[in-house]
Amino acid sequence: MENYYQPKIETMPREELQKLQSERLAAQIKHVYENVPYYRAKMDEKGVTPDDIKGIEDLHKLPFLSKDDLREAYPYGLLAAPLKDCVRIHSTSGTTGKRVVAFYTQHDIDLWEDCCARAVVAAGGTSDDVCQVCYGYGLFTGGMGLHGGSHKVGCLTLPMSSGNTARQLQFMEDLQSTILCCTPSYAAYLAESAIETGVRDRLKLKAGIFGAEAWTEEMRHDIEEKLGLKAFDIYGLTELSGPGVAFECSEQGGMHINEDHFIAEIINPVTGEVLPYGEKGELVFTSITKEAFPMIRYRTRDICVLNAEKCSCGRTHIRMSKPMGRSDDMLIIRGVNVFPSQIETVLLNKGMSANYQIIVDRVNNSDTLDINVEMTPDLFSDSIAEISKIEKDLVNSLKAMLGIMAKVHLVEPKSITRSEGKAVRVIDNRKLY
Amino acid sequence: MFVKQISVFLENKAGKLAEFTKVLADNNIDLQALLIAETQDYGILRIIVDNPDEATEIIKKSGFAYKVTEALAITVPDEPGSLTKILASLADEGISIKYSYAFYSREHGKANIVLRVDDNEKASEILEKLNS
Ligand SMILES: [Zn+2]
Repeated sequence: MENYYQPKIETMPREELQKLQSERLAAQIKHVYENVPYYRAKMDEKGVTPDDIKGIEDLHKLPFLSKDDLREAYPYGLLAAPLKDCVRIHSTSGTTGKRVVAFYTQHDIDLWEDCCARAVVAAGGTSDDVCQVCYGYGLFTGGMGLHGGSHKVGCLTLPMSSGNTARQLQFMEDLQSTILCCTPSYAAYLAESAIETGVRDRLKLKAGIFGAEAWTEEMRHDIEEKLGLKAFDIYGLTELSGPGVAFECSEQGGMHINEDHFIAEIINPVTGEVLPYGEKGELVFTSITKEAFPMIRYRTRDICVLNAEKCSCGRTHIRMSKPMGRSDDMLIIRGVNVFPSQIETVLLNKGMSANYQIIVDRVNNSDTLDINVEMTPDLFSDSIAEISKIEKDLVNSLKAMLGIMAKVHLVEPKSITRSEGKAVRVIDNRKLY
Repeated sequence: MFVKQISVFLENKAGKLAEFTKVLADNNIDLQALLIAETQDYGILRIIVDNPDEATEIIKKSGFAYKVTEALAITVPDEPGSLTKILASLADEGISIKYSYAFYSREHGKANIVLRVDDNEKASEILEKLNS
């Protein structure tokens, strides 16, 4: 029997849900047009007024909002509520100059925590559970988001924050945590440590809610097996609220988007054209219930696929696939869209160095894909058989992720050219123009 | 007897080996044995040096990917069939040899053979028995 945190809204018939979205969208557009000069200017420039937006069928008329807009409007330019009504901020950890500060009213936080509570219940959480939150607390949305969701469900909440693995495992054992919330890479690390220190068999974990970074199905199976739990994916962006924009159900086949708060679109990242469900493209979100920091047609730069098929869990909200890459660094190799982030995900999941280089070339009219990866002292073994095994495993995992074959070359540590400390990731030697 | 064997990851490119041996020479490290196992892209260089601890520090500082392993080194009597006898007794006990190479030890003035086996402890016991 599937449990829901908010059954009425989560299983609402689609027609009814779309009607609700239309009403909320019209109100949200009116709200930003009246309160945010930045949005008003963008809409005026496109010749759109709030009267033109009567429902979701009019969404495409609105201008997109990009990360550059957020930077330009930093810090208060997109604020839609008086500061006195705001109660909190969160911020992205983004590299220098790319920081985003998001504002929340109490209403915004309530709805955000509802979204996280839905994720906790979908993972099997009830008031009988002990939920250990090891996402970072603070500016990062992970910790406080899941913390709030866990509270709403009534779980005993362990606000651990990240790090201090020995203490995490001790609480996990002593307080018999049943739900673990953290990044998938930290879950993998905790799993290894639990096995090494021998506490693994004394743990009572049943579910994990893992997000905030890319991970593969392979990694999911590995964590599930090692920790003896069921691993659920969760998606979110600070710009939109935080984790809980979408979450996985017991079906584990994509994440249900909380469509009563966010409308999702998939667009062609080059032309901006809206694509039908099922096609791969850039994910665009429009918030429809936010007070302080509404996002209208915000381009996430995440590439994914939306799935409107009925889900066996009974939820009617559409599902999004795991992000497959970033729109701004897409390569087309042998007709297939390849994202460096996909390659990076495989390398990191395999314990390889994050220092890699992708070399694309064209030989005899056929594209070639070569990946140089730096050998690490940890992976190095004095046996060629061992190293060949690692290479072969890597090639197979890359094939599974990308859909095309890549040649892997192991190179010496620190041998990949770095410019200003960062490795040059992609070298495209094809003369295409 | 066990010796510390240092294995180093080297790309299969011109000058790489010279670059590495220069690092050792610049620090007065004396190479006693050297063996390269290679593939198309890279090679594993295995060396035995007079001062393995110091060499390890230098290799580490120079940024190479390396591993130090204990390898079994045996002195083989200079008579026909002696190596065969040793190898046969290891094989009888199910010890498999990953690779092997010979080196000259200045200390003993004798030929030594390095045996990289899957079970150092067991192999060492067998050899001790053989000698007694
Ligand atoms: Zn579902």
